[in-house]
Amino acid sequence: MLLEQLSNAAGVSGNEAPVRDAILAYVRDYVDVTQVDSLGNLICLKRAAGAPECQRKVMIAAHMDEVGIMVVHIEGNGFLRFRPVGGIDPRVLLSKAVLIGEKMVPGVIGQKAIHLLKEHERKQVVSVDQMFIDIGAKDKADAEQAVKVGDYGVFATRFASLGPTMKGKALDDRAGCAVLAELLRGGPYPCDVYGVFTVQEEVGLRGAQVAAYAVKPDVAFVVEGTVCDDSPKKTDVSPTTRLGAGSAISIADRSAIADRRLVQFLVDTANRVGLPYQFKQPLIGGTDAGRIHLSREGVPTVALAVPCRYIHSPVSLMSQADFDNTVALMKAALSRVDEVVK
Amino acid sequence: MKDLIKQLTEVWGPSGQEGAVRGLITAAVKPLVDDLRTDAMGNLIAVKRPTVESASGRRIMLAAHMDEIGVIVTHVDANGFLRFSSIGGVNPLTLLGGRVAFGNGVRGVIGIEKRESPAEEVKLEKLFIDVGATDKERAERLVTVGDVGSFDRQFADLGDRLVAKAMDDRVGCAVLVQTLRELRSTSHEVSFVFTVQEEVGLRGATTSAYGVNPDIAIAVDVTATGDTPEARTMAVGIGKGPAIKVKDRGMLAHSGLKNLLVRMAKDSGIPYQLEVLEFGSTDAMAMQMTREGIPAGVISVPTRYVHTPSEMVDYADVLGAVRLLVATLSAPMEF
Repeated sequence: MLLEQLSNAAGVSGNEAPVRDAILAYVRDYVDVTQVDSLGNLICLKRAAGAPECQRKVMIAAHMDEVGIMVVHIEGNGFLRFRPVGGIDPRVLLSKAVLIGEKMVPGVIGQKAIHLLKEHERKQVVSVDQMFIDIGAKDKADAEQAVKVGDYGVFATRFASLGPTMKGKALDDRAGCAVLAELLRGGPYPCDVYGVFTVQEEVGLRGAQVAAYAVKPDVAFVVEGTVCDDSPKKTDVSPTTRLGAGSAISIADRSAIADRRLVQFLVDTANRVGLPYQFKQPLIGGTDAGRIHLSREGVPTVALAVPCRYIHSPVSLMSQADFDNTVALMKAALSRVDEVVK
Repeated sequence: MKDLIKQLTEVWGPSGQEGAVRGLITAAVKPLVDDLRTDAMGNLIAVKRPTVESASGRRIMLAAHMDEIGVIVTHVDANGFLRFSSIGGVNPLTLLGGRVAFGNGVRGVIGIEKRESPAEEVKLEKLFIDVGATDKERAERLVTVGDVGSFDRQFADLGDRLVAKAMDDRVGCAVLVQTLRELRSTSHEVSFVFTVQEEVGLRGATTSAYGVNPDIAIAVDVTATGDTPEARTMAVGIGKGPAIKVKDRGMLAHSGLKNLLVRMAKDSGIPYQLEVLEFGSTDAMAMQMTREGIPAGVISVPTRYVHTPSEMVDYADVLGAVRLLVATLSAPMEF
């Protein structure tokens, strides 16, 4: 299963090669042209069916990178100091197993045992610069045999299916990558489709910026794994998205206001084929759409997502049905995309 | 020109929903320009070609933004109250007791949860919109998640001074329309660009400047003032003429262009002020950084109570901004 493979692969921003290789192997035989650009974006062109009337280009983006950590210093006693890459709440880091560098060296983000914690320490959030990774090295020289400054680290979480749901790390945005890969295996569609697997989204939408400039699309879709906060609450507030309630369409977030025609197009398509959808709580988060829609003279863009609980942490959880419905909705939308890019 | 300002400030158009504003401006400028188009983002680009051939003619982009700040519905609760976030910089204090209007004409009142103490900060999360619905289902027949609203407030003519919501930046749009009406002769190709989504990050100017690819760019927008009781110190006041920007948080105006605007104001006998704004920026910031870089400046209309439902300008400053722009476009732009 591609999603399992992608979730388990290590691909922190700037080091997406393992993810890219897996995707390329999966889609290569189903697309006409593949290219890896200078930043590492994987751009796959799937040409339109037959002799197409549609002269427009459709771009679909999903980002390959995940949040993680980078080793910044090795202490004399062999412990590693690190910094987050992308947005990570320090509270999710303590006592987690991680894998460092290309050799995937196992380590643990160490934490004092509860027996030793002073009363005030129990109430404190430890900051990242106080944390360290323990790879079991006996001293600096020993540690340097295994890892070096600048190595990336990922959470050591293995993907698993829990029946109707799936759990794994990096579902933001390996869920989107897997959706996009399925779209490229499907089709062909009425217009040329550029499936773009982007790099460095988590550190500022950097890959999407240059990929959109190169592709020059007429319309763009972004496929994400997005925030889902539907746990029980005391007050009647938005869950941002709900697990199992279908693809979440973004009307506006911090990075972009969606093109209303495209929002309507997705809603109409979902209604036509009888697929569930929901609107993501506005003004939360941002996606590659933030750069794509501002590329060159502007590109009508919309983002839709598979809701994922607990993203940017060692383990997130998503619904198999939401994933399947997102693939189905995008396939249905692409099959009539010529109607919206006139 | 007061009628034009009244019309433009009263029309509804939060960021991303500028269609009605664009319609109004399209009708006003269509007879006055050689080419009119709307780009992928919704920017309205009205081009006036040179009326006289001259080697000194340049390609100039003028920008004023059509969008206004507003609110966006994020959640409808079981009792039919709407929770919301802001579109652009909205100070929660300015919302209390006010009303908002949605695109379909639905109106709502802004309410606030009880506060634990009078000193407690008024935060957006504590506010809600009451559209008069008795439950969630009835509310959702009127408004759904993702719908946007603007301040619901009428224009008021106080004589020398004018008050309205969305003076930022419909007054700039009005200055551009009026400039088109008064511009008799120019050696330049001038693109009058009415931009979208300025309030959420200069997004319309980013793409339209790339498309227009001008030699020189000038934004017309509002600026803050320091002329009210206990105001933050700022050497700009209303009624002292249009302001020529030197810098703000996002840009340094091109000094040659700034000096040219100062010279044009002096030569034409138009009172003017120099503006150093310590917060905020304008479309000129985005235009300046386009492609290989574009000399950019700003003519500002000094405005009190910016980003509130009651933004106040001095009518003479507005007329001065038009005169300065007409004079500048009528002369060679060498700097």
